[in-house]
Amino acid sequence: MVIVDIIALMKIIHLIIIISITILLGACTNDSQAEGTVPSSKEKSTIENKGSDTMVNLALAWAEEYQKIKPDVIISVTGGGSGTGIAALINGTVDIANASRQMKDVEFENAFSNGKNPNEIIVARDAIAIIVNPNNPIESLTLKQISDIYSGKISNWIDIGGEDRPIVRLSRETNSGTHVYFLEEVLRLGDKEVKTLFSQDTLLLPSSEGISSEIRINPNAIGYDGLGYVTPDLKVIAVAKDEEAHYVLPSVETVINNSYPIARDLYMYIDGEPTGVIQEYLAWIFSPEAQLIVKDLGFVPIHNP
Amino acid sequence: MQESQNWSEFIITRLIKIAGYSAIVFVGAIFFFLLKEGLYALTEVQFSTFISDRWYPIEGYYGLLPLLEGSLIVTIGATLIAVPIGLGTAVFIAEVAPRWARDVLKPLVEVLGGIPSVVLGFLGILVFAPYLRVLFNLPTGLSAFTGSVLLAAMSLPTIVSIAEDALDTVPRSYRNASLALGATEWQTIWNVTVPAARSGIVTAVMLGIGRTIGETMTVMMVTGNAGVLFKGVKSFFNPVRTMTATIAAEMGEVATGSIHYHVLFFIGILLFMFSLAINITAYAVVNRKRKRSERILS
Repeated sequence: MVIVDIIALMKIIHLIIIISITILLGACTNDSQAEGTVPSSKEKSTIENKGSDTMVNLALAWAEEYQKIKPDVIISVTGGGSGTGIAALINGTVDIANASRQMKDVEFENAFSNGKNPNEIIVARDAIAIIVNPNNPIESLTLKQISDIYSGKISNWIDIGGEDRPIVRLSRETNSGTHVYFLEEVLRLGDKEVKTLFSQDTLLLPSSEGISSEIRINPNAIGYDGLGYVTPDLKVIAVAKDEEAHYVLPSVETVINNSYPIARDLYMYIDGEPTGVIQEYLAWIFSPEAQLIVKDLGFVPIHNP
Repeated sequence: MQESQNWSEFIITRLIKIAGYSAIVFVGAIFFFLLKEGLYALTEVQFSTFISDRWYPIEGYYGLLPLLEGSLIVTIGATLIAVPIGLGTAVFIAEVAPRWARDVLKPLVEVLGGIPSVVLGFLGILVFAPYLRVLFNLPTGLSAFTGSVLLAAMSLPTIVSIAEDALDTVPRSYRNASLALGATEWQTIWNVTVPAARSGIVTAVMLGIGRTIGETMTVMMVTGNAGVLFKGVKSFFNPVRTMTATIAAEMGEVATGSIHYHVLFFIGILLFMFSLAINITAYAVVNRKRKRSERILS
């Protein structure tokens, strides 16, 4: 009887030891949630950076390079779409929100009512490329034609001089800044009053890679994405503002000299005026070395390097 | 010693009771949270918006019909594909296959169930969808059909496992009696064994459907996420947008407390009720009052 007691006791003790080790290990999290504004000189400070999937590779490249220069700053970068980043800024869970579109009025209102004061900073420029399958004979389109394709007015390639194939429209999801920019500047041709929407059968794919892979294998498809995401095995369409203008292919030069009609700014939003570590980071982003990284990744630097 | 045994029994009984009740508590808490955030949507948005036919939340179009129809089409399609194949496989494994084949097939089916859903989605986009596009001359291979096939592949192992177990537990005496009365093997299987295992088979199918409704990653990758209404059998081969993919794609971008946020939770409530309905139906079928004749004969 005594032996049974001891065995039971040992089992209970083992259980308690295992549970306490588990709890202790779970408590060992890296809890440095410093907001990046008042760091001590020895402490590492963190900058939380979230938002646009278009900008995520750029933000990552910047973060890596900056952390080499300033090892006492930790920058964590995540994607999720411009909408996600802006929502996080409004909720107060990030320091810098990346966005490939401007904040909307309703987002500004939400921010103010949450006590946040969004400050918009242009950090790079980008072109939206219209991409089709390499076997597609179409070479050029006007903005109006692209708008009609995506709103559903044109449904067959033969109506714009191509083969007799149905048009499959590809788009990013609604949380993407690229999507919203395309809606406002291409679909609605920049007119704020127009309420045209994407055709209901537009495929909303969750990532740029989804769009690229579908276009590579489907000759019916047309899609749009940032210039930095266009691989050499996709065909880029030359775009003209209207029928009288020149048809222009997107590139760094045509964005800088404003001849490519679908060009946009890339933004970083912060709460209020930049201070401390955030200010240093943003100042570095305007430096020539950071803007060179912009160019390497296929985007357009804000001033001629 | 008697005392310490009673004491440890007391503790263990209490712990087990807590574990059991906690399951109910967790489910209740989840449901309560969903209701708390989702029912707001009914006050913020006119109900007529919900039954409109366009889902475009960033401009205020909150039509839920395309999403409901998308989920339903994909689920029904997956069930239509998975149930015959799954039942057939289960009958084959349980009744027809020789011992050695059975020992090979059962683990293989389990392996199919272990494949992560993203991997299947990935294979769907890169391999299956282009193949379907060429085969059926579709505009694009990303469609409800593709989603249904992949979801069927995912729920198949569940259906096969449980149905096969159910068929296994039918007493030998049923089969022997039927064969003794002169029935052929197939007549025995179809008219005696399968009806006898009915409750287990229905459970298997319901669990398979339950898995299908809640599947997110695969449908998000291969159905194209286009919110269109169902317009006849042909649109089974067109893209659709499911409720699960909508929540997954959009939840990250909503500002907490906004209308979009509440509507997404409302969609979550709808999904929850779907699963609940399926489980209740399964429970009702399984626990139905057995006919007097069955009680006498079993």
